[in-house]
Order: sequence, then structure tokens, then C-alpha cells
Amino acid sequence: MLIIENIKLAFISLLANKMRALLTMLGIIIGIGSVIAIMTVSSSLTTSISNTFQEMGANNVTVGLKERSTSSETTQNGMKFGGMNKTASIDAEDRITDEMISELKSQMKDNIDAIALSESVGSGTVKSGSDYANITVTGINEDYFESNDVKLLAGRHIKTSDLEGMKNVIMVSDKVVDNMFDGDPDAALGEKISVSIDGTYYYYYIVGVYEYEESSFSSSTDEDVTTSAYIPITTGKAQTHTDDGYTQFTVVTKATVSDVSTFATQIENFFSTYYMSNEDYKITTTTLESMTESLNNTIQTVTIAIAFIAGISLLVGGIGVMNIMLVSITERTREIGTRKALGAKNGLIRLQFITESVILCLVGGVLGIVFGFALGAVAAEILGYAAAVPVLAIIVAVGFSMVIGIFFGYYPANKAAKLNPIDALRYE
Amino acid sequence: MSVKRKNSHENTVTGKEHPAEREGVKKNIYKNVIELRHIIKRFFIGQPNELEILHGIDLTVKEGEFLSIVGESGSGKSTLMNIIGALDRPTEGDYFLDDTDICKAKDKKLSEIRNQKIGFVFQTYNLLARQTALSNVELPMLYAGIRKPERIERAKELLSLVGMGERMEHKSDELSGGQKQRVAIARAMANNPSIILADEPTGSLDSKTGRLIMDIFHRLHEEEGKTIVFITHSPELAKETERIVTLADGVIVDESRGRERLGA
Repeated sequence: MLIIENIKLAFISLLANKMRALLTMLGIIIGIGSVIAIMTVSSSLTTSISNTFQEMGANNVTVGLKERSTSSETTQNGMKFGGMNKTASIDAEDRITDEMISELKSQMKDNIDAIALSESVGSGTVKSGSDYANITVTGINEDYFESNDVKLLAGRHIKTSDLEGMKNVIMVSDKVVDNMFDGDPDAALGEKISVSIDGTYYYYYIVGVYEYEESSFSSSTDEDVTTSAYIPITTGKAQTHTDDGYTQFTVVTKATVSDVSTFATQIENFFSTYYMSNEDYKITTTTLESMTESLNNTIQTVTIAIAFIAGISLLVGGIGVMNIMLVSITERTREIGTRKALGAKNGLIRLQFITESVILCLVGGVLGIVFGFALGAVAAEILGYAAAVPVLAIIVAVGFSMVIGIFFGYYPANKAAKLNPIDALRYE
Repeated sequence: MSVKRKNSHENTVTGKEHPAEREGVKKNIYKNVIELRHIIKRFFIGQPNELEILHGIDLTVKEGEFLSIVGESGSGKSTLMNIIGALDRPTEGDYFLDDTDICKAKDKKLSEIRNQKIGFVFQTYNLLARQTALSNVELPMLYAGIRKPERIERAKELLSLVGMGERMEHKSDELSGGQKQRVAIARAMANNPSIILADEPTGSLDSKTGRLIMDIFHRLHEEEGKTIVFITHSPELAKETERIVTLADGVIVDESRGRERLGA
């Protein structure tokens, strides 16, 4: 009953000094607003990233070589200390072999749908007269597109026969076609292109054109954009004279595998027998889940750091609230004296002023949430993400405004509660 | 309302018929509502500027009595009023209000006593600005934990009693001084207290309005049988009450009978 009366009273006294209340709230509005804006942007970014990753395939497990930690060795061995050549180069015996992969495939055939292999061949430029297009050439196997979905505009994917015959065929993006063949994918099919990689010219026949999807992270101009081009991995290896075997590959799991992370651990265990005696390298797996998680963690850390800085303005806002509450209590000393004379206990006076301060902060907090979300939505729109409502942040913001109200309202309210009724009544 | 004054002012002194007795409250007729025994009040105790304001006050107020305390400024009137009003505790002596030992009561208990047993009427009204007459009268009942429908009903009754029935929804800053004081009297009556403690209630009013307020006090005393302690520096107003206690330099220097109100 008293709480309702107190809330009513708080609104009456805030409305009596509208301008003052609004200015006091401004600190809270800006504080909560900036935290919510940052949270909105961050939450939009996180949602957008996880959607992108989901599109890329949530069932993929990337298996790769990872250098074993050598820090203890480095400190023990003075010769190696500070040596730049410490990072062991990947030798032929470190690489993942075709045998290991086929063994993996046969052992876990119930869970593995496809194994996508890829090996970077290098970055180069397709040139013909004054026309040019930047590409990065990647050697792939026939399963590669199981894990990396692309939309084929013309022609076909890389086939098993291309791999077996080490054919000089290439899949290019529509950007290359735009630059070199006036944007006609069909006209590009069967054309021979020369690609210069590290000063060496390689020739390929275009067998397929895929649609290049603009990544949210790239920002180069349309003309200069570097797109991927795919050749049979066998062809690539022959051209670059790299060792047999792979440094990484992607396992596409069957849809029946529900827990990709556990399956990834099984793959790691499978390889641990091969790499037990390898001093330099071991096998680690990365799932999209873990990648998303680590990326989200990074975003979250940055968000928290920025929100913390924004939170400082909340502190300033809170001090403003405390200040105005002290002024209000001085102004209303006689009122406090009267209330005490009429039988209000100290606790009730305290409650009255804390309620007032909480209401002040809550109204500020709600306005801040609206303002912050609007700001965040605009920012997300500009950055090109769909605005997501940071529900947790809103709940926390409301809770936090109440806490500020209580924390910064307590001292003034307590001061009011402890006023001597005689002095308070006599106050001019 | 007919004002029946008759010889009521003589009662406590002469032992004749008392208004409360007329109302049939015989069993409590001689009950002491206020009992002050050798009250001493010192300030700045233990400091070089230690000051003794009250030097041993003995005063008894009976139920239904209309008593005035008069004295010059600095006589200790306000200090005594603060003690009677349970706003302050004496340094020495005993104070029983309606059989409750005020000296031993903790702050919380004092709040309860002020809420339940004392109705304050101040010179400067002390109504809560921005609040209606009705909510001002409701306030002591709110602190007493009375439910809203009851509070409103009683507040309306009391406001009608003081002639403010038509202005219940007016905010206190929309009222004249006399109207404010009438609301304040209604508020003082809210929890049906043992005493009404009025500190210069006509001090801020013109003589005509002051007269009206005094009439209300007489009415409350005569018709409702209220015990009223009236603090004033005006000997004229004091003479309207049943008993006049004169304070000078912190001691009671005179106690006399009042007289009939002029024009009654």
C-alpha cells in the first residue's frame, strides 16, 4: 500500500520539477542509451556472423596441422632461443597423407559424407590485353563444394576425372567473367586463360563459372576484387611441386551426426595415433560451432570493454541523481519534519526518497533503452546488419537503473530519514 | 452547530461539570492525559555553552481540558511543546502521555505516539504542497496503516466538520491561510488523538480568520470533548481557554483560570 503511495508521490514530485528531473535523467539516459546502443550493434553483429557461418555449413569439421607448443624447449635450449627459424617448416612427413584420409573415411563412413581437400596454389592475375582480374587459385577435390556451397552460373564443377587426369581446367567467378568476357558466362566456357602466379604463367580452360558472393568483411572495389578460382588439386600440386599430402582438409559430416563437436574430438583421437611421435605437429579440429564461439567471444570482450567505458557515464549520471536528491531533500526539509510529526517512521521517509530516486533512474533507464536501441538500430543498419533486440541487455539495464537509484538514492534518503524533526520543522 | 460555552472554562479549576462529562465520558473524567514531572531540558550537554532551558516543569493535563501555555519568546514554550509533542525527550524528569512513558520510548515508538496520540496544528500550517486537502488529511491515517476506503471516508468527514467539505480536492497551495489551517485541524484529528497540540495556530492569520479558527477549537473541545493544549503568546486568546499556564525563564510562574470567550 505504501509502495503505491510512494510511487505516486515520486511522480508528483518529479512532475513538479520537470526540467530538473529531465536534466538529471539525462545522465542516466545517455549512460543506459550508449550501453544499449553498443549491445544492439554487438548483438546484431553476432546474429549476422552466426547466420553467415550457418550458411557456410554447420556440419563441417576442419582438420589441420598445428604446431606443438615449444616454449619449454625454447627456454631450455639456448641455441634455439630467439632464433627466427624456430617455427618448424612443414616437412613431407608431417603432412596428412591420402592414406590417412582414406583410412579415416573408411573407419567413420557412417558419419562422413564427404572430405573436401584444398591446397592454396597462389594469388595471381588473369590478363588479356588491358583486361585483368585478380584471383587466388586453390586446388580442390571433387568433394570440395560439399562443404563450400557456391552457385554455379554456367558449366560444371571440378570432377573426379579432372583430378585423375590432372587437367588444366579452372572454375572462375562471375567477376572474372565480368572483367574478361563482358559478363557472359556461357561465352567464357571453354576459353583458355593465362594466369600469372609469382611470375610464372599457367594456362587453364574455364569449365565453370560460379556466382561470387560478397562477403560482409571485404571492402575492395568491384573492379579490383580478388575472387577465388578453383583447379583440380592434383594439377595444383604438380604445378607448385609441393609435397604430397595436405596441411588441412574439411570433413563434411552426415546430417545424422547431431553432436559435431564430439565427432571432431573423435577425428582428433583418430589422428593422434599417427602424430604421437611427431615432435613438431599435431592434429587439431575446428568446427564452425567453435569458430563462431571464439569470434563471438571476441566480439563480446570488445563489447564489454566499450560498455564498461559507457558505464562510466552511468556513474556520472548516478552522481547527478544523488546531487539532485540532496537538493530536493534540503528543499523539502519542512515537509520531512511535518511527515515525522505526523508519525512517519524513519524507514518510511527513507523508502519515500529511495522510491523517488529509483523512479527517476527507472524513467531515465527506460528512455535510455528506447534511445539506445534506436541509435543501435541505425548503426546496425548503416553497418548492414539486421538490428537485433538485446533482450538481456535491456533486462540488465532496467535492473541496473534500479540499482543506481537505490545506491545513489540511499545516502540522501538516509540523510532525510535521520533529520531531527524539530530542526526539520523549524527549517526556513 | 450551537456553541455551548456556559461555565466550561471553570471546570478543571472548580471541579464543576466538564464538557466530557456532559458527553457521558464519566469514567475517564479525571484521567491525566499529560503528566510532566520535574522536566529539565538542557542543550549542548558537557560543552562550555551548556544551556538549561527548562528548570523543572510539573504539569498535569486532564482529559477533555482546554489548556493554554503562554510566555514571552525565550521562555521555553517551544521546548516544552516539543517535549509534550514527543518530538524531543527531556534531559531529566518523567513524562507520561496517556500512560505511556515517553522518556523511555525509542524513536520508532515516538513516531507511533505522534501518529496515534498527538494531533499537531502548526502556526505555518505545514500542509504538503501539491497535494489535495483530502490527501493531506489522509496522511496520518496512511502512516497508521489504515486502508484507503476508510481513510477517504474519515478524511471527508473531518473536512466537512471543519467546513472544508466543498474544497476537498483543492491542492493546499490553492487554499487561503484560514482554509489551510482548517485542513490542518482536520488532519490533526485524523487518528482521533488523545491531545491536539496547537502551536500559535492563529499566529499567521488576520484577526477575523483567527477568530474562526479559535471557534473550531472551541467546538472540538466542547462537542468532541477533545483535550487541547494551546500554545500562544497572546494573553487575549489564552483567556478563552480553561486554564492558563504562564512560563517564564523555563519555569511555570503562574497558573490561572481562563474566562468566557468574547461574543460567545
